[in-house]
Amino acid sequence: MDFLNILQQIEKVDPEVYDKLDTRRDAMKRFTNISGKIALAAIPLALGSMFNKAYAISSSADVYSTLNFALTLEYLEAEFYTKGVAVAGLIPGEDAAAFNTIKGHEVAHVEFLKSALLGAGATPVAKPTFDFTAGGTFADVFTKYDTFLALSQAFEDTGVRAYKGQAGVLLKQGAVLTAALGIHAVEARHAAHVRMVRSKRLNDPALKPWITQNTSFIPVAAAAAVYAGEDNGVQATVNIATTAKISSDAATEAFDEPLSRMEVEAIAKLFIKA
Amino acid sequence: MERINVSLKKFKRPNQNLRYSVSANHQALRKAIQSHSSHLNNFCMQLSKTRSHQGDKESIAHPQRRQFLQKLSLGAGLLTTIGIASCSKDKDSSPSMGVSLGSGDFAVLNYAYALEQLEAAFYTQVVATPYSGISTGELKLLTDIRDHEIGHREFFKAALATAAIPTLTIDFSKIDFTKRDVVLKTAQTFEDLGVAAYNGAGNFIADEKYLALAGKIVSVEARHAAYLRDLVTPGSFSSGSDIVDANGINLSMTPAAVFAAAGAYIKTQIDTNTLPK
Repeated sequence: MDFLNILQQIEKVDPEVYDKLDTRRDAMKRFTNISGKIALAAIPLALGSMFNKAYAISSSADVYSTLNFALTLEYLEAEFYTKGVAVAGLIPGEDAAAFNTIKGHEVAHVEFLKSALLGAGATPVAKPTFDFTAGGTFADVFTKYDTFLALSQAFEDTGVRAYKGQAGVLLKQGAVLTAALGIHAVEARHAAHVRMVRSKRLNDPALKPWITQNTSFIPVAAAAAVYAGEDNGVQATVNIATTAKISSDAATEAFDEPLSRMEVEAIAKLFIKA
Repeated sequence: MERINVSLKKFKRPNQNLRYSVSANHQALRKAIQSHSSHLNNFCMQLSKTRSHQGDKESIAHPQRRQFLQKLSLGAGLLTTIGIASCSKDKDSSPSMGVSLGSGDFAVLNYAYALEQLEAAFYTQVVATPYSGISTGELKLLTDIRDHEIGHREFFKAALATAAIPTLTIDFSKIDFTKRDVVLKTAQTFEDLGVAAYNGAGNFIADEKYLALAGKIVSVEARHAAYLRDLVTPGSFSSGSDIVDANGINLSMTPAAVFAAAGAYIKTQIDTNTLPK
């Protein structure tokens, strides 16, 4: 074999190979140095950031920023359910266990993200002060179960779209990406359950565990932003309805759509006082 | 081997006019070769599979190979050259390990395509022969799920085009489709499996666009899973140590574990060795 030719070609197709290897070696060294000191929960993040530069994808700062963005949403959800579950008589007995499950997950997500950030040497954002009435729009959020449910559905569906929108930032980030995907799936499970609880209460079979077109089933103008763009029927240039011979509704249900960080922050801002 | 050499020459042709600068740092480059050995293995695998295909010969194999080479972050020059050097170690007589998933991101997408084929086939049967006592609401939503899975399946088929694996042979003979508890429990298993499979495959994906598409699908699988779990055991939508860990994070599974679980229903042998690791 022509070894020299191989070397030339590698350099041709991968001119940054030296930088990558050096960075990877440094990252490995750093990881070895800190791994004895950090908490167990932080290891996934450290593992992820080790491959960061090797793949020339997101910087650590970008990853931490995304995790803090996720943490803010988890703070919101955790406090929302913690408050809701604590209000006597708000949640009917038959639904209490489910909302305790959901609350438990959101609180766990907060703790996981905080530990991961701290363990990596990053600073978790502080919990904002929330106003779940959104300045009075949802004044009866903790006194009327249907309002609580509507907000719950909106928060869960927003959460799904928010994590989805950040997947690119976490591309090839190892355990960090896998954990984010794992949280993403749990938010989707919550959303499906809450949507079915609402469907039964509203006696509206059109409200299903999945999102049809861009319908919210929440009669508040602000809800439109949560479902904007969910009516997309074309994936990577493939028209799903015509290609798969399924209805347009089914085609939009079959693919959940992401929201950008800015779009999510605009939604979250309605509930953040400071 | 003769056909392989011919097609590799075709590959080299576009690169022949390129000029390369020579580097003195051979040691770093040797490491680079080692670090890219998994790509090399995938490439060799693909070559051996292409070689063993019958009937599709060069006309199909060549553009298909070029297509996936373009997707690899490295590029054709490196792979072609190393491919010549190292594929000679391949044993021509090695037994077939089944349908190849292809290489790189295409292998991951074909992996997903295989699972979507399984799910679509399952719900097609569920809707064609509804279990006894099925309610209107259940039939409606199970029909929705069938259509979603067909949507996923046909999406992958169209997107992968010539790189797509063939239609798999599915065997549900052991499932009693007349019984509600059997059907719903099996459906729940498939959906939970699908979620864990996508989550486990996410970090294999090198192209942001493909990761985004997998993300669009996996949350819908999670919605299905939650609905079905609630039908089987009310309130179990996201609880159970079989699906969610103590951090409230959905579990993920390796392709090997997924195929071990789904293998009972997929009769076509699938070679998972080319999946990125």
